[in-house]
Amino acid sequence: MGMTLAEAILSRKAGRPVKPGEIVLVDLDFMMGQDGTSPLAIKVFREMGGTKVFDPSKIALVIDHSSPSPNHGVSQLHDMMRKFARETGVILYDIGEGVCHQLLPERGHVVPGDVVIGADSHTCTYGALGAFATGVGSTDLAAAMISGKTWFRVPETIKITLNGNLPKGVFAKDIFLEIARLLTADGATYKALEYHGNTISQLSMDARFTIANMAIEVGAKVGLFVPDEISIEYARKHSSRNFEPVFPEKDAVYENEIEVKVDSLGPRVAAPHTVDNVKPIEELEGVPVQQAFIGTCTNGRLEDLEIAARILSGKKVHPDTRLIVAPASKMVLKEAIKRGIVETLLDAGAVFVTPGCGACVGTHNGVPADGENVISTANRNFKGRMGNPNAFIYLASPATVAASAIEGRITDPRKYL
Amino acid sequence: MELKGKAHKLGDDINTDYIISGRYKFKTLDMDELATHIFEDLDPEFYSRLNPGDFIVAGKNFGCGSSREQAPLAIKHAKVAAVIAKSFARIFFRNAVNVGLMLIQADTDSIDNGDELAVYPEKGIIKNLSKNLEIPFTPLPEFMLEILKDGGLVEHFKKHGGYRIQKGR
Repeated sequence: MGMTLAEAILSRKAGRPVKPGEIVLVDLDFMMGQDGTSPLAIKVFREMGGTKVFDPSKIALVIDHSSPSPNHGVSQLHDMMRKFARETGVILYDIGEGVCHQLLPERGHVVPGDVVIGADSHTCTYGALGAFATGVGSTDLAAAMISGKTWFRVPETIKITLNGNLPKGVFAKDIFLEIARLLTADGATYKALEYHGNTISQLSMDARFTIANMAIEVGAKVGLFVPDEISIEYARKHSSRNFEPVFPEKDAVYENEIEVKVDSLGPRVAAPHTVDNVKPIEELEGVPVQQAFIGTCTNGRLEDLEIAARILSGKKVHPDTRLIVAPASKMVLKEAIKRGIVETLLDAGAVFVTPGCGACVGTHNGVPADGENVISTANRNFKGRMGNPNAFIYLASPATVAASAIEGRITDPRKYL
Repeated sequence: MELKGKAHKLGDDINTDYIISGRYKFKTLDMDELATHIFEDLDPEFYSRLNPGDFIVAGKNFGCGSSREQAPLAIKHAKVAAVIAKSFARIFFRNAVNVGLMLIQADTDSIDNGDELAVYPEKGIIKNLSKNLEIPFTPLPEFMLEILKDGGLVEHFKKHGGYRIQKGR
């Protein structure tokens, strides 16, 4: 009986074969906290008697959720993180560097086969590189900063096969929204997702990060892509670390298998207030939108800004709509400037904010008004998510968001491609 | 271990924002203060009806949403003995064990609001005293029960100097 990718990675770490349902204690390759969770982790670290961290080069604190600080309370918490970083030597990514889940792969902290935790629910993003990466709370992070370890229940795996060519106007986001519709918001709770199929070789790393990022939206622990030329090349380019990728075995046993026929998909939109409330765009076309948002750990990468610029080139954002863009990192922003993407978007009427999470998590940088509809490239549309429980959030691909910004209502991007 | 108290019933997909609204959770790290606001958006009187040792009983996917620990901490500080649900979102599950909040995964359909329950976490039995029914459940792994008995991961680390789990188990 062969091993799935999740089982193979955890077995290598544990130094023995592991089976779903077992509890394993494993050494971690990297760990991360952001400004919403690190302050509590630092507090707990001290309560546990922590004085120094196990290895400062394997820990990053990222100031991205409220960046730069919108108020005094947050400033004090940021100050606490900066002081902790100075004191312990851990890596600090301060304001404007970018969203944690873009920074960790981009700066080479994660490579295939790694086991990584982050005190942020979207840590599963690095599954795109074939790393077992998952979100935890502040206490788990504190314990890991002291011990270098954490425990996992070895998850069962759901195999998801993506087959067919991507049709015009259909992107990674649409693929995942279809998966969310099929599995529902808790359909993969505690499980690993493992992606296979002939569509994958057509998916860039940016596209794979989008799909891996949203694993938590169906309750999953990780969303894993099997390492291939594309992901290994990415890791080699971004990281100086040596690594040995891990692969699933041919006779691996999956708890469940689903197939998505990518070539028959059209653009998808998740309507308020749950991520699995997914509809074909035809059912929602014409819904007015007062705000459009392109950014986040899901869809704020170069490829996302590029497709938005292609659609908005020579066009104008509708006068009744605001278009807010938050590049996923400073490096993404610089590259977007170099390629003329930023100029195209600015000319179309977009507003740029500091690379970070603000608008998506409702801390600042784009809180909608009562009764407003927002179309966003983010991963969650819960009531109140963007800072106002009386607003309505629709989730879609950057192409759909860009097309909707032009018309001021939810719009099929295919007519602009 | 025997836990006895009254059931306070909630539905499916109770997310971390319903447990403790963002209006409060960003403002303070005082968990006793946060505890007085639990489930306020669902039912403003919820906290006032709660007695120490009572149970929160829910449907599937309890605790979905963000990774913030304020959610299980606020429930614990409201002196809830355990949350009993059909299933839990995984980060909430970890966080609850780490902060020392007992979780029981069981079929909750036969439990109604106000039922008196006796729960035996190690034996895997819920006795519904009001209905004279027994509900079996799979107890948490020993490793997690140990962290819970220590009062959470902070106390567990203080006591053992690290994780007490054996590598080859």
